[in-house]
Parts: sequence; structure tokens; C-alpha cells
Amino acid sequence: MGVGRIRALDAQRVNLDGFAVENPDLGLVALRSPHDPEPSLRLVDGRVVELDGVAEDDFDTIDAFIAVHGLDLDVAEEAMAYTDVQLARMLVDFAVPRQQVVRLIAGCTPAKLARVLALLRPAELTMAMTKLRARKTPSNQGHVTNRADDPLLLAADAATAAAYGFRELETTVPVLADAPSNAVAVSVGAAVGAAGVLVQCSVEEALELELGLRGFVSYAETVSLYGTEDVFTDGDDTPWSKAFLTSAYASRGIKMRVSSGAGAEVLMGGAERRSMLYLESRCVALARAIGAQGVQNGGIDGASVAAAVPNGVRELMAENVMVMARNLEACTGNDALMSESDVRRTSRTLPILLAGSDFVCSGFGTIQRYDNMFGPSNWNAEDLDDWLAMQRDWGVDGGLRTAPPDSLEALRRRAAEAVQAVYRWFGLADLSDESVDAAVDAVGSKDLVGDDALSVLNAARTIRESGLSMVDVVAALAESGFEDEAARMLAMLKARVVGDYLQTAAIFTEDMSVLSAVTDPNDYAGPGTGYEPSPARRKEIDDIRQARSVEDLRAEQASWASDAISVAGPGLVGTDPRDVVIGVSPATGREIWRTLSGLTVVDVLREILAGIEEEGCVGRVVRVNDTLDLGMIGLSAARLAGSGVSVGLQAKGTALIHRRDLPPLANLELYSVAPVLGRGDYRLLGVNAARHARGAIPEPAKNPYTDEAIEARYHTAVVSLIAVERGCCAPIGPDELKVAE
Amino acid sequence: MKAFSGRALDSVTLDSVRAGEVSADDLRIHPETLEHQAQVASQHGNPQLAANFRRAAELTALDDDDVMRIYEALRPRRSTFEELSEIADWLAERGAVINAELVREAAAVYQRRGLCR
Repeated sequence: MGVGRIRALDAQRVNLDGFAVENPDLGLVALRSPHDPEPSLRLVDGRVVELDGVAEDDFDTIDAFIAVHGLDLDVAEEAMAYTDVQLARMLVDFAVPRQQVVRLIAGCTPAKLARVLALLRPAELTMAMTKLRARKTPSNQGHVTNRADDPLLLAADAATAAAYGFRELETTVPVLADAPSNAVAVSVGAAVGAAGVLVQCSVEEALELELGLRGFVSYAETVSLYGTEDVFTDGDDTPWSKAFLTSAYASRGIKMRVSSGAGAEVLMGGAERRSMLYLESRCVALARAIGAQGVQNGGIDGASVAAAVPNGVRELMAENVMVMARNLEACTGNDALMSESDVRRTSRTLPILLAGSDFVCSGFGTIQRYDNMFGPSNWNAEDLDDWLAMQRDWGVDGGLRTAPPDSLEALRRRAAEAVQAVYRWFGLADLSDESVDAAVDAVGSKDLVGDDALSVLNAARTIRESGLSMVDVVAALAESGFEDEAARMLAMLKARVVGDYLQTAAIFTEDMSVLSAVTDPNDYAGPGTGYEPSPARRKEIDDIRQARSVEDLRAEQASWASDAISVAGPGLVGTDPRDVVIGVSPATGREIWRTLSGLTVVDVLREILAGIEEEGCVGRVVRVNDTLDLGMIGLSAARLAGSGVSVGLQAKGTALIHRRDLPPLANLELYSVAPVLGRGDYRLLGVNAARHARGAIPEPAKNPYTDEAIEARYHTAVVSLIAVERGCCAPIGPDELKVAE
Repeated sequence: MKAFSGRALDSVTLDSVRAGEVSADDLRIHPETLEHQAQVASQHGNPQLAANFRRAAELTALDDDDVMRIYEALRPRRSTFEELSEIADWLAERGAVINAELVREAAAVYQRRGLCR
């Protein structure tokens, strides 16, 4: 209730979000809980006998694993001797080399690192992330899923995502048994879109491992860690099973990272009154201890829980920096939707986009929200143009590029047809050409025809039971006329033998070079150092599909050219007191044919002429060639008019009424908001000009109002139109124009 | 660069795949390659990643089913202390001594924390 001002605020999208009062008892606290332990580390004979206030005999599984495997005991005592502030400053200060930070943090206990990170303010987190991320070149990861597990759409969407520049694609399934089919479809689609795109299928740990062993995925990420023993056990794993799993992937040459993040323990009622940052610090220390090369964190599924408490979004970023400080690959959240407000969504991601990250999003939803089987992401398909614009605005690399709209149809078709061919080759399913057509054009799964759910399930079951492997898929693609894609997929399989992409933060370039902490180490050491996009990458960032040059505008205008305007002779002085002259700008009817509101110049002139005629005057059109200033155009025309009254018109649609005895910048009426002027406005302009000429009382004219960002939308076009006008300017007299009826 | 099977990776081509001449082991990583990657990880400030690669090198000798079986056995309350000890022995017999040690360590901690079956 309350006043209207509050009722109006209540209706805003931000008020669809949930906000919680801080409550350490429930774990609803971001950075520091009164129940977080004091950092401590005691060594006896090179063995950890006390960790963050817990004695060895009382270690839970997480403590125990970190104590034995997780800390660099050679630097631990040195590192723990620093104050929290000293370490915090080292994280931020670009004069302190990253290597030095990494060396010391390797000896810090979870409680210590949590305290250090809790000190960093947002701008400091941004600096720390810029310096500490492992890989120099930023990149991005996307989700490719759909409600129907439709393999044709999965392939088309994977190809699209690859074309947009995503270097990792993650799929998952609404129906667990469909997993092998999804993995194949997304891998094939990704290979159509670009070379070297990593693909994973997020499912239960054991099935995901099986998919990996069979070659159906090129990386794994669904290896979840939790910050308390109870929740970890509920997750059906232990640090030892996870450590073994980590090695299992590496034993087959498959990249993997673990997943953790604030909020999971709170949601499972097992936060043990600790802060989110401390619990996550345990997860990150454990990730390092088990030998994982990277961590996906920053809330993930619990992002909205963190975002519900004070400092929650700051905590999400602090988690990511923690990973980087532990010298691991950081896949920095920004995936699960944490707010319904576009403002909060942007606020949550922006510092990370600006700092740059190994993967800015650990799952940008490249598909429709309703098709995202992880749940809606913080960024979804409808946000792609926004993302590209943000990259361009700030001149930063958020990992994406513009997929040329003209090539997308062919790309999506090739992806869908490749999957159709593979499924036919093995007799998995006979997907129709009609289904292919629908997948190519579909925005999302709601646009598909028919229902192939059963055939997808059958296909997946056949893949799993027949012992089919990715090598067979490569052969089928090659035999079906998809040689390039087959070669790309074979290259991904061969990469497992080489093993370079097992190193920290590895991705492939499109020529299959590995970029990692080893081959592409982040060397940021202050302004003028660190990552700078190459000229080619800069061009990708800058050249969004909406960008228009003067040449583009000229071509667009030329398409509206008309022979209804012609030169009848020189513009002469009139003597008839009913003579009202419409003075037009130099480019009118030469290079500019359409005003900002979308009316043609010819139609505008006809309306003005009709308005003049209506009031019993005679209108004629004169092109003023020696100035593009509307005041001067109007005044020049008024000096030619028998009545001494004129209408001045710039080709872009801005117009005024002038009189020969006024100073140039004065006028009788001004119609300045060209983009919203309609036929009626120009008609009235003609009417009023004639009334001024006759000494009658004009109709009051109001500029139409809109609360849209008219200026932002038209400024660039105006700059180009003025440039064109300037090009048409010449020190010559006016032309009389004829406007055909 | 050679695969687990010993085959030279360069000989794995699209043509050999089409001819059905590429086995799963031709596309699996060789333990020596993992040892090399372990050294690289050590040189780049991550001894834990190096340790992981060394455990992985041992696991290359196991077939997929055994890898899956041991992972499953290590999950909470899947195995008795004795069963875990047997797995450790089994691993050690096959030369997977680092993994054997990991499983023994797990058995001891599981017993203390009530995570044995």
C-alpha cells in the first residue's frame, strides 16, 4: 500500500527478487561470520597438527585432505605470519608479481585466505582479478540445452554459440538417459561452428565420467565440492572420491574442473553458522588439494542466495579471486540468474567483464531462457547483442564476437544436417528434413515440429549400449560428406593424447594451439602491460552488426532515391505576396531521400505544399546550396519569398518557419524533434507558414514528446547525415526544384 | 608423440579412422606424457596438479570398468574398511602405488569419520 511512489517502486522487477536479513545461524552471511574460525596452522615434524583452530584428531574429511595434500608447508609459516592486510595489498598491488602472490597463498589456510579476501573492496577485487587470473587471454563459456533434448536444435545452437566465440560449451539433459545423444549433438554442432571448442555434458558424476571415457565430451565440470562435511557427504562424495575422479579424467587426457560456490551449504541447511566466503575458501583449498586445475564458482546454483544478503555480490567475486590466488583456472559464475532486474544482473557481472576472466561466465545461456535446462542464466540468448555492445563500450574482451547474421542460416543447417547424417548412419534415428528446417529457423524448442522425444531416447540408449565411441562418430561424419567437421572432432580427440590442455586454464585457439597458464600466462603488472586484444580481435570487438558508417548511410539513402524531385532552374526572387518558399538543405533530393522519422523527403514536401495551398498561398521549393545551417537555409528562402515567409527544411526532417527580417538564429516556429515528426506535423507547418504570410493567427504547434532515448538512437545517424550535407555544400546559388504531384 | 597403444599420433588421420584402423587406445594418453605434464605443472607453481597427473599416469593401465568401480567404491558408505584395503592392495599389485596410498588414506579417515559401510 502506502503512497503512489512506493506502489510504483513495488512494481519494478527488482522487487521480484528476495532479500534476506543477515543471519549467521543459518549461514546467511557473506564475508564474515562471528562463528568463522580464527586462522591457525601448527606443524610438527612437517605434519599439520592444527588447522584453523581444529586439532588433528578432530579433522573432518575436508580438513584432513587439505592438511595432508593442500598446503605448501615450505612457505606456510612464512605466509601465515603476514597480516591479513599485508596479504590483501599484495593481491591488489600490481608491483607485486603474480608468482609471488601465488607462492604465498599456497601456504595459507582456508580461514586465512577468507579473511584476506573479505578485506578487498569491489575496485580492489577488480584489480586483483586483472592481475591474478591464470590465463592472459579472457574467454567465455556457454550453455547449449533445450527442453526436448532435440539433437538437431542442439547442434544448430551449438554451431551458433561457437560462431559467437564461446570456447567451451556445456550441455545437460532434462532426461538423464538422453545424455549421450546430447553430448554427440553438441560436439558435432560445435565442430561445425568453429574448431577447438571444448564440450561437456553435465550429469551425475559417474555417468559424466563414463561419457568422458568414451570420448563423448572433451572436458568435465560437474565435479561438485562443498564446504562442510555433511553437505559433501550428502552430495554422495568425499574428498578422496573426488581426488580419484580428478585423476580418472586426467588418465584419459580429459580436462576437468570442479564446481563449488556460495549458497549450496545454506540451501542444504548445512552451513554450520559459517560465512559463505569461509566455506567457499575450504572448497577452493580442497580443489587445489585434489589436483583439479580449475574451479567453477561465484555462487553458481546458489548465486541468488548470496545475492540476497548484504555484500553478497561482492562475495561472489571474492570467491573467484580466491581461485585465481590459488593459481587455478577460474570459471567465474555469472551463470545462474541471480535477479530479475536487468540493472542488478549487469551490476553483478560488470566488474568481472572489466577485469577479464578465464571464463567470464561459467555458462552464458546461449539459448532461450525456457530452453535452459540449468535454469535461466544471468545472461541469455536475448542478451547477446547487449554483451557485444558492452565489450565494445568498454573496449574489453568478454570472449564473444559477432556471428555474421547472413551466414547463420547456412551454419545452422550444416550442423543440423551433420547430426541427421550421423544418426542415420548408425540407424539411431531417422530425423526428417522438415525437422531440420524447423531447427534451422527455430528461436527455441517451442518452434520445433513434431516430437522426437522417443527417438532421442532410443538414440541415446543405442549409443550407450552399442559401445559406440566418438571415433565412430568421426568416421560417420567423414563418410557422410562432413570432412572438415570430422577433422575438427578428430583433432579434439587427438588433443587428449598430447595432454597440453590438461594444464591450468587451457583453451584451444581456432588453429588448435593451447592457450593456458603455461603457454599464455597472465603478465599484468600495471598499465601498459597484460592482455591487449590483437588488432584482429579488436576489430571483432568493435565491429558489431549494428555499426553504421557514413557510407552505409549513403547506400541506405540511395535506395530511397526518387525521380519525383527535379531541378527546374535557378532559384529566383518571387513577387507574389502569397509566395511562400520552402528552402531545403543541399543534400535534399540529391543524397538524402528519407528523414529520421522514416518519411520520404518527397512526402514531407508534398505535405508542406498541401498545407500552404490549403491556406490560400502558393508554395514553391528552393534548394539552398551554400549552407547546411537550418537558420540560414530558412532565412535565404525567406529572402526569395514574395511573402517574406519561408519554411526551412533539412533533409533529415528538422524544420522551421522563418521571416526575412529576423536574425538567422531566430525563427517563428521550430520543429526540432525530426525522428517523431509525422505527416500531420508537416501539414501543420505548411498551414502555419501560410498564416504567417497572410498575417493570420497560426495554430499552436507542439513538438511531439517521447520518453525514449531519441538522442542515443539518432545521434550517429545525424552525424553522418550532416557529413553528407556538408559534402553537398557549394558556394553556388539556389536551385528551384519541381516536386512531382 | 605416442598414444597409450604406442602408436605415433601423427599416423592417426581421418583416412585411418575411415578405414577403421584407429582403436580407443590409439586416442588415449600415454603415462609418460602425463609424467611430462606433471613436470610442467610443478614448474608452474602447482605441485598438487602434478601429483594428480602422476596418479593419472598410474590409472592409464586400468580399463574403464575398473576406474569406474574404484571411484564408486570410494564414495560415502559404499565400502567397508577391509574392502578399501583390498582395493589398495589390488592397485599396488598393478603398480598403482600412489593411488593405493590414496585409498589407504581414505580408508583410515572414513573409519574415523563414519564413512565406511
